Amino acid sequence: MDKMPAWADAVLVPLISILLAAILSALVILAIGENPVEAFKLMVDGALMRSSGWGYTLYYTTNFIFTGLCVAVAFHAKMFNIGGEGQAMIGGLGVALACLFIPFPHWSIALVVATLAAAAFGAGWAFIPAWLQAKRGSHIVITTIMFNFIAAAVLNYVLVNLLRPVGAMEPATGRFPEATHLPTFQDLFATAENPLFRGSPANVTFFLAVAACVAFWYLIWRTKLGYEIRAFGHSESAARYAGISPVRITVVAMLISGGLAGMMALNTTMGEAERLVLNATEGAGFIGIAVALMGRSHPVGVFLAALLFGFLYQGGAELALWTNIPRELITVIQALVILFTGALDNMVRLPLEKLFLATRRRSS
Amino acid sequence: MTFMKSILGTAATLALTAGAALADPALIYDLGGKFDKSFNEAAYNGAEMFVKETGGAYRDIELQSEAQREQALRRFAEAGFNPVVTTGFSMSSPIAAVATDYPDTKFVTIDGYVDPAEHPNVLSILFSEHEGSYLVGMLAAMASESGTVGFVGGMDIPLIRKFACGYAQGAKAVSDDITVISNMTGTTPAAWNDPVKGSELTKAQISQGADVVFAAAGGTGIGVLQTAADEGILSVGVDSNQNYLHPGKVLTSMLKRVDVAVAEAMTAGTELETGVKVLGLAENGVGYALDENNAELITDEMKTAVDAAREQIVAGEIEVHDYSADDSCPALNF
Repeated sequence: MDKMPAWADAVLVPLISILLAAILSALVILAIGENPVEAFKLMVDGALMRSSGWGYTLYYTTNFIFTGLCVAVAFHAKMFNIGGEGQAMIGGLGVALACLFIPFPHWSIALVVATLAAAAFGAGWAFIPAWLQAKRGSHIVITTIMFNFIAAAVLNYVLVNLLRPVGAMEPATGRFPEATHLPTFQDLFATAENPLFRGSPANVTFFLAVAACVAFWYLIWRTKLGYEIRAFGHSESAARYAGISPVRITVVAMLISGGLAGMMALNTTMGEAERLVLNATEGAGFIGIAVALMGRSHPVGVFLAALLFGFLYQGGAELALWTNIPRELITVIQALVILFTGALDNMVRLPLEKLFLATRRRSS
Repeated sequence: MTFMKSILGTAATLALTAGAALADPALIYDLGGKFDKSFNEAAYNGAEMFVKETGGAYRDIELQSEAQREQALRRFAEAGFNPVVTTGFSMSSPIAAVATDYPDTKFVTIDGYVDPAEHPNVLSILFSEHEGSYLVGMLAAMASESGTVGFVGGMDIPLIRKFACGYAQGAKAVSDDITVISNMTGTTPAAWNDPVKGSELTKAQISQGADVVFAAAGGTGIGVLQTAADEGILSVGVDSNQNYLHPGKVLTSMLKRVDVAVAEAMTAGTELETGVKVLGLAENGVGYALDENNAELITDEMKTAVDAAREQIVAGEIEVHDYSADDSCPALNF
């Protein structure tokens, strides 16, 4: 037994990482002359103590669940999909085209069709890097990064030259028709005497994201395809020996990954803005990498990590509103959490592992 | 139990502090950020002017994401800030979405337009940029020796075309033979903050013979002014008075008094009159800058001609065509 128990790996490591990030953030806040305890209270109060705060937290969480799952699928096949951002942008284009040009009678039908469109567009955008990786060995990290830039340029061109309403200043589409507006949490849960989630953008796509988590778990651990993806991820040569086609698995895993990234655009485009704006993704594609790393590529972990980042985003907005902490420093705080949970994972894991082994040796 | 208590305690203190802030104004900057040396910074200067003159206080926020637009509006309105002043045309649709929920709060959108019939608690402040640009266009044409003047715009949107169109009309009013070259930096918000590309465009216009260049491009304009100064030609600044950036090299600046508009809105406080306010030459909302840095560049002859034109525009004798009225420009092809 040279491993630490699973619970320590899944719970203790992320917790210690967050704690370290929090301590460093507190020092940063102290250094600029603000009170870290007050700041933390503000974040908690703004993100978790009011229903409309929860509305924002869950809105961001929805984004991060989709992009986190997107990166996690690719991780299971030992691929690093950095293109979630671009795939989500193009997914947003799919949502916008469906909502603008198909006259839907009801939002539920619109949601189904827009989901398919978003997934198809996102998957389509991931297909080219996937095919290049599978057939030509072009490294997926490089190609997906480059495809982010291409996606931004494509979206820019389409919004400025094709979809922008005449006379409008912003590079954005017109508003989607009324019938495609998704019910928000306010529509679903608020009553006359209890106006819950007032004005917050969380909407039914959150449930779609939760459903995606369940489907993800089923796919990866309960289906033949999921088994093949995991086998391929553990050892390509063994998978090949077992008759699993590397080309097929690479392409299929990336299609699923791109499709999940594309579906993130449902939340921002159809759920929140009700039109497609140029920076609808707002970096969620990149946050997805941190979410997947922190969540150990498991849907439960991804969900919890997405919730944490949703809290950080909404809490950060509250800090910007009520303190004089500049927005650049709020980004620094968010980045510290990413740094510790994502990049410096081994810094916590290795000493912890040694500690566990040492205690075990002593007891045996 | 103690946990619950401390939470309730926090909530109570917050409610108290929020109550203390009652009826202070709030200011929301657009994504460009507070210190962009141009549009948003002018709003910040206006707010500081308000603090200095009245001793009041205000709260401001720099937005980080699209979803925060509505959120910031709602949170400020809920906390009792009044009026809530915003900069940039992108704020107009979020304001239209939330204004009805807070009928007692007054919202101000600078450069944006919200229908006053639907939202009686919104003040839309628009500037007649074409009129100010007309004046600096005249100055540019009179200062030009080559007979070619340039225009560098930021993001290619109708608002910036409005600047370009007024500028071209002013230049053409001085001489029919003048050539106006116009370039836009880009089609995304990144075009507001790309001094390197601004510099490249300026060099390209110089090679086409331009010897006065007008930059209406936010942060990109810094590069335009720098290159013009380096290459020994004249430039025209925008929004704030930018004459001081390169004394003797900046012909003038097209002033857009965002600072005055913000300070006035904040000073009016809850008594603010809503509706649509268009600030032109007559209201001193736009104009051209004359100070010790460019005194030698503007001759008495130029000044007389421009001031005469200003009088005529105010009196309605000269009508400067507004590009955004019909998306076309008689003096310039885009």
